[in-house]
Amino acid sequence: MSKRFSTILIPVLSVILGLLVGAVIMVISGYNPVTGYQALWNGIFGDVYVLGESVRQITPYILAGLAVAFAFRTGLFNIGVEGQLIVGWFAAVYVGLAFELPTYLHLPLAILAAGVAGAIWAFVPGILKAKLGVNEVVVTIMMNYVALHVTNALIRSFAGKDITSRVKETASLRIPFFQELTDYSRMHGGIFIALIAVFVIWFILERTTLGYELKSVGFSQDASKYAGMNVPKNIVKAMVISGFLAGLAGAMEGLGTFEYVGTKSSMTGIGFDGIAVSILGANHPIGVIFGAALFGALKYGSLNMPNPPAEIPQEMISVIIAIIIFFVASGYLFQWIREKSLAKKKGVK
Amino acid sequence: MNAIDIISFIFYNALFYAAPLIFTGLGAVFTERSGVTNIGLEGIMQVGAFTGIVTNLYLAETMGSATVFTSILIAMVVSSIVSLLLAVSSITFRADQIIAGTALNMFAAGGTIFLVKKIFDGKGQTPMVQETINRFNVPVLKDIPIIGEIFFQNVYLTSYLAILAAIIGWIVLYKTPFGLRLRAVGEHPMAADTMGIKVNRMRYIGVMISGALGGIGGAIYAMSITLDYSHATISGQGFMAIAAMIFGKWNPLGMMGAAIFFGFAQSLSTIGPALPVINEIPQVYLYILPYVLTILAIAGFIGKSVAPKALNTPYIKGER
Repeated sequence: MSKRFSTILIPVLSVILGLLVGAVIMVISGYNPVTGYQALWNGIFGDVYVLGESVRQITPYILAGLAVAFAFRTGLFNIGVEGQLIVGWFAAVYVGLAFELPTYLHLPLAILAAGVAGAIWAFVPGILKAKLGVNEVVVTIMMNYVALHVTNALIRSFAGKDITSRVKETASLRIPFFQELTDYSRMHGGIFIALIAVFVIWFILERTTLGYELKSVGFSQDASKYAGMNVPKNIVKAMVISGFLAGLAGAMEGLGTFEYVGTKSSMTGIGFDGIAVSILGANHPIGVIFGAALFGALKYGSLNMPNPPAEIPQEMISVIIAIIIFFVASGYLFQWIREKSLAKKKGVK
Repeated sequence: MNAIDIISFIFYNALFYAAPLIFTGLGAVFTERSGVTNIGLEGIMQVGAFTGIVTNLYLAETMGSATVFTSILIAMVVSSIVSLLLAVSSITFRADQIIAGTALNMFAAGGTIFLVKKIFDGKGQTPMVQETINRFNVPVLKDIPIIGEIFFQNVYLTSYLAILAAIIGWIVLYKTPFGLRLRAVGEHPMAADTMGIKVNRMRYIGVMISGALGGIGGAIYAMSITLDYSHATISGQGFMAIAAMIFGKWNPLGMMGAAIFFGFAQSLSTIGPALPVINEIPQVYLYILPYVLTILAIAGFIGKSVAPKALNTPYIKGER
């Protein structure tokens, strides 16, 4: 199997297998998979409203997935996207409420604030990894919980209650044209920012010295060091850029979808799903778009599954997504099956 | 409250919150010593908590006071079976362990709530259990002056079982041939293979032990602290247990110390308002304390080289 072929084939096969296993689970638990998947389909493509909402759901997934993928390509595992997203969300709403500016200044400033907040949050594990060799996985997980509690406290002291008011019109990502087009869904202009980010990250990784160095450090730290690259500096840079993207994902929620921020009792899940998006997209910026489209659509569409006639708990989709990831991650499985079947054929001959 | 009251109040609350962490952290030690990271322990705890609560609800009528321990046992078995998902994908099919563990977390979070809704008519949380883990006085020891009052009166049995488990875990890991093999597989699988140790089999055992212990941890957490199961029942305790393991340098006793400390830190946010001095600190600092301390600890106190060397790498026979 050629490399390029298998990077596309494995995710596609995994999605098909994941949906099949999901159908089996539905049958075992006494649900009808046909009506289930019909409800899912209608929940994604049923009318212009759900279509708009699906796009809305896909938007932060693209940025979260991109954040994970960028870190992956540079040899880092950023489980902290969740926390970086949460602080980004807060920063965006804070700027959106605290300033009185014209749109062309206010909106970019709020988005930038989100990115910077995420970048700062990612700087901590980055610098610890670079200077002290501390495993970034544990630090980013801990940073997620710190982010959750700190933003909750900040929201309470800033708003005086568990929820802020809506950001000013001048900081909103909502576009009236989109809303009219999609029967007043919450679809917003963030999708353009997400797609631009994909292009920029692709450009950095594939066409710049910075990207070359980052990938090189990810591939082999020792070789990069011998080649005269500053390894710690590159690790920090990679983490900060990844955090910036995660912060932008938070801005999508804070300035687009919700236009406010409220205290949370648990994680949003977008950051963790970003890991899934990245894996499915083969850690490639362009692949992330497909991964995000699939996961965002499945996640939003699943909201229609508990409605009659299907009446299936929407968590079914999390299970299916998990199974898809198991299959994608276990890429050797497919190679193993192929070898077994080839051996069998030879045996027959 | 006098000084002894305060100390005993803090102590049993710390141990109360520490017990689930100790069990799960011990699981983390076993899986990592065999060379497999189990980030999925958060999900495993959810499976344990869910199974414990559901079996408890069903068994309470017929089994009475034996319900709790039967539920813990069932949770242990179910969780260890679910942990096979990680074992099969990351050991046999060479998946990245952290990705497979993350998928396991997603699977458990979705799967348990799916089942809760299926079983309880679409509701996202179970009813409260009636049979819970209760406090008791340790016979004889409770009568020792001061010490008895602090350590052995009104304590949770599970707290002491957890400490016992950590000690047994230490003995198994460092004083038995099995423990030696498990550690060998985590440090240098090729050398272990050369000596005739079945590397992948040992790793399966390591992961399943972590599943069993994580299941116990989750069941205890649910049956003593939350008393029902919903999506928010287990919120980070699995990750905390992993942090305790790292804090404790992959050693069961060190992990236990860290877990008790985390238990103390976690309990502060609930018991804080009842204590002098501490009730003046804003709650957010108490909430983030265990996480910040973990970051400081792994940045400051722990060297780089203590993790098992073969951690996170699949073993492929015949490859150097």
